[in-house]
Amino acid sequence: MTEAYIYDAVRSPRGKGKSDGALHEITALNLSAQVLGSVRDRNGLSGEEIEDVAFGTVSPVGEQGAVIGRMAVLQAGYPETTSAIQVNRFCGSGLEAVNIAAAKVKSGETDLAIGGGVECMSRVPMGSDGVGGMADPQLAFQEYLVPQGISADLIATKYGYSRDDVDAYAVESQKRAAKAWDEGRFEKSILPIVDVIGETILETDELMRPQTDMQSLGALNPAFQAMGEAMPGFNDVALIRHPELEKINHVHHAGNSSGIVDGSAAVLVGNKDAGDKYDMKPRARIVSMASIGSEPTIMLTGPEFAAQKALKRAGMDASDIDIWELNEAFAAVVLRFMEAMKVDHSEINVNGGAIAMGHPLGATGAMILGTVLDEMERTNKQTALSTLCIGGGMGIATIIERV
Amino acid sequence: MTYKTFTVDIDSDGIALVTIDLPGQSMNVWNGELMAEFPKFVDELISNDDIKGAVITSGKKSGFLAGADLNMLGSSAASTTAEAFEQAFALNSTLRRMETGGNTAKDMLKGGAHAKPVACAINGLALGGGLELALACHYRVCADNPKIQLGLPEVQVGLLPGGGGTQRLPRLIGLQAAGMMIMQGKPTNPAAALAQGIIHEIAPADEIVTKAKEWVKANPKAAAPWDKKGFKFPGGAGSMDPRAVPMYMGAAAIALKQSKGNYPAVKAILSCLYEGSMLPIDTALRVESKYFTQLLSGPVARNMIRTLFVNKQAAEKGAARPEGIPPLELKTVGVLGAGLMGSGITHVTAKGGMNVIVLDRSEEDAQKAVDYTKKILDKRVSRGKMTQEKADAFLARITPTTDYNDLKDVDLIIEAVFENPEVKADVIKKTEAVIGKDVIFASNTSTLPITGLAENSERPDQFIGLHFFSPVEKMPLIEIIPGEKTGDKALAAAFDYNARIRKTPIVVKDVRGFFTNRVFPPYVNEAMLMVTEGIKPALIENAALHLGMPIGPLALTDETTLKLGYDIMQSTKEALGDAYVDNGGEAFLDLMVNQLGRSGRRFGKGFYDYDDNGNRLDLWKGMEEHYPLLEDQPSVEEVKERLLYIQLIATAECYDEEVVSDPQSADLGAIFGWGFAPYTGGPISYIDTVGVDSFVRTADSLAQRHGERFSPPQSFRDMADKGETFYKAA
Repeated sequence: MTEAYIYDAVRSPRGKGKSDGALHEITALNLSAQVLGSVRDRNGLSGEEIEDVAFGTVSPVGEQGAVIGRMAVLQAGYPETTSAIQVNRFCGSGLEAVNIAAAKVKSGETDLAIGGGVECMSRVPMGSDGVGGMADPQLAFQEYLVPQGISADLIATKYGYSRDDVDAYAVESQKRAAKAWDEGRFEKSILPIVDVIGETILETDELMRPQTDMQSLGALNPAFQAMGEAMPGFNDVALIRHPELEKINHVHHAGNSSGIVDGSAAVLVGNKDAGDKYDMKPRARIVSMASIGSEPTIMLTGPEFAAQKALKRAGMDASDIDIWELNEAFAAVVLRFMEAMKVDHSEINVNGGAIAMGHPLGATGAMILGTVLDEMERTNKQTALSTLCIGGGMGIATIIERV
Repeated sequence: MTYKTFTVDIDSDGIALVTIDLPGQSMNVWNGELMAEFPKFVDELISNDDIKGAVITSGKKSGFLAGADLNMLGSSAASTTAEAFEQAFALNSTLRRMETGGNTAKDMLKGGAHAKPVACAINGLALGGGLELALACHYRVCADNPKIQLGLPEVQVGLLPGGGGTQRLPRLIGLQAAGMMIMQGKPTNPAAALAQGIIHEIAPADEIVTKAKEWVKANPKAAAPWDKKGFKFPGGAGSMDPRAVPMYMGAAAIALKQSKGNYPAVKAILSCLYEGSMLPIDTALRVESKYFTQLLSGPVARNMIRTLFVNKQAAEKGAARPEGIPPLELKTVGVLGAGLMGSGITHVTAKGGMNVIVLDRSEEDAQKAVDYTKKILDKRVSRGKMTQEKADAFLARITPTTDYNDLKDVDLIIEAVFENPEVKADVIKKTEAVIGKDVIFASNTSTLPITGLAENSERPDQFIGLHFFSPVEKMPLIEIIPGEKTGDKALAAAFDYNARIRKTPIVVKDVRGFFTNRVFPPYVNEAMLMVTEGIKPALIENAALHLGMPIGPLALTDETTLKLGYDIMQSTKEALGDAYVDNGGEAFLDLMVNQLGRSGRRFGKGFYDYDDNGNRLDLWKGMEEHYPLLEDQPSVEEVKERLLYIQLIATAECYDEEVVSDPQSADLGAIFGWGFAPYTGGPISYIDTVGVDSFVRTADSLAQRHGERFSPPQSFRDMADKGETFYKAA
């Protein structure tokens, strides 16, 4: 089969996902178009070389609705021949979009494509698209569905992570992100975003709180305790699926969960010929990709199984991976992954993650793939695995190696 | 036209007054005849130009209409699903036709078509199909009697309101309020219903028909709100409405939390609300009827209707009372002993309108029964649930005494002194010395055989056992225990007394533990055994809750105390001597009670830890040190099966030994005695539902893995071989 290579990765800085966030005034269309325009221009392309764009968005309604990718390529001045597809695999959308682009290349459908995504959470709030069948009692009664925060606390309870454990992880994420920014480790991929008069409006991740310590996090109340224990009482629902637990310890809060932000990212994927033809140097080969479904009540343990599947398909094991990137949806998700995969903390999320910098739902997967690629190059590592936990009990993973 | 189930009187304004009055019935219900006749009236209403509108009321003093005839529903025989749906849809179809006047929704919405106005005059309770009939009327006037119950209680027998209740109510008052009313099944009163918008007007009882007619006369062109252009669901609805979506999810969580998924009706009701709220009313009503069909064809509704409605009612009406004995007039009851049980019995007796003379050794002790009731009444008064006047009258019915002579005029004796044969013998003698020769003596005991106690009586034929449960005012069951020599008059008296205190009675054989205390101890013992095997206590507790038990067996044992279990074990050992067979829990109880002092909640610790106020905290973590946890924990299904089958087997043994003489008593005793999962209809209903052969197979398999205690009685094996059932197939 044809090999797929990553030629470039671009991302916007992440703006606070609130009305006082720097990117709040930038439309989802504009933000996407700036990122898509940049990945084209910095590789000396005109745009017509890029045949297809897979673009992830988790709340594809309103201004993010329909097929935002198609509107964005037009807005970015691509020729009309570049097509696009809307991708939604919840939090895995950005990485799924890259995997779709890679699959198109591998299958011979296209020579050069983009996988990416956008989420302007300050403009199109989470849940704006409803919750689909998750509100349907038939499914809720069959699958014991609970909100993600309950699932995260369930993971912490089941695997014995204390409030201190998850807070300590969050403090470290903030430290690593601050250090990474201080040392300019993200520079290669960051595209400063400009406003309508061309002035730079944001050039660094806005959400970070480098001063965060155990004490400041300790002051925060658990975010999911009320909905879990009192109204409507999701804990009892979760315990139907996990009857070996007496109760759920609520350890997660805004400080050790992923932040709500605006952001967009794009990864340029193509075959060997495309690189030769357009004078681009491949930065990494896409070794394998995997998507899995897992138990939907605990919901967020999928990365372990997705990673295992990707490793198996690549004929590798965990020890073959030099660095890991797992979206920091909630601290316990990463703690569980490290434990299950026997990954040392020094090898995963080395430059921090969504707890410090935020999780623009539809874009994050493409962002963390770019982040890990930059880090491989900086530290001269060979292999990396990027993965995300996904709502509804899913996981996605992609293994890349430098060429 | 003339009808049998209702009369139609057309007045000079052309308004037809429909007075529903089922012949030979004390209460109006949707039975076969009314279901057959009412559509004909709707046709007449639509087609007869002389009729300008209608007012529907009831000819029964007992109420407006009490819902569907559950006996009819329980025995409906449709041969195909489609036929079952047509039966289920019949009422919906008729009521909708009345509401639209036979017009299509499309024609109504365009504004051109309208229905002839139909109002209802609700003179008394309107429940289930009765309220649904009212909701399908364009206008609802209710009598100003605060005792009138308006509600949709179908969920309590495993059904949903299938006459449009899940669709019209939320369209009137919003999904949240309607959801709560339908999911809980609790009725409301006219004032609250008016405030919510369920009814339009309250009027004095003798004016409701006039008021209803006035409205009909003033509104010749009628349409339900949802048939008018621009109708909006109050409070929002649909999968994109940010007000509705959290409501759907929250309601599902609450419902799951409470039902553990064991009650299909709860899920079906939620689906009717969810799906129906996204649909036009006609399609929504069809969907409602489909979910209703689904419920009616499953075992849960059938079992719940049979046990919780039909058999419960029959038992409470005294189905097992001997015939031909005139009812006992009960003015005054003598209660012996003012301890916890005596005080509770005093309370329910006074509550039943009888005078109580409660006797104990000292005035101080006797006064405890008065204080017990006073405490309960004070709470009710302070919460506005009872007037001080009524509380005073209630309390005045209780007279404490230390003098046996005060008992000379009582109509019945209930003895509730200390569970000690000698103490009991003493009070029996002293009491019989003063009471009338015909007065029945009932002994409340949970452990002592009645036949033995009756030996102390001069009139053993007038001696009977009544087993109350604690707390008496809350526990719904009463076991009636005839001893060897007990006569029919005593048995009848027990039923006559029970009719006043309104408990669910079952007659049980005079054996150690009677019925409930034969089945319940093996159940909690099984939970204890599992702890000793190294099964996680949380898994045991959750398995029981998920099975549908009201509380985990370990938490419950903490309540009744491990000390009690220990004491019963010791006394059983003493009583049986060499015949005592170890049940495997002896060493465990000894450890918990004697060595660790973890004797139960009252002692501050047991399976759980407790705070200083006795509030339950977490399961005690130290248990693992004594009983290390199994590396491979069993599945929750395995634990559930053990907890369920230990109860089924013990019930089967009682049935086999005729401790209970019929399946009904076993089922009622289990559900109301120790909270056996109500959705099953009781242990015998459960065995019938899975099939006796399947029950025997599972029990044998459990016996192989966990011991002979799971082995079913031979008579059940025989039934399995013959393919017999306990109840007639529904």
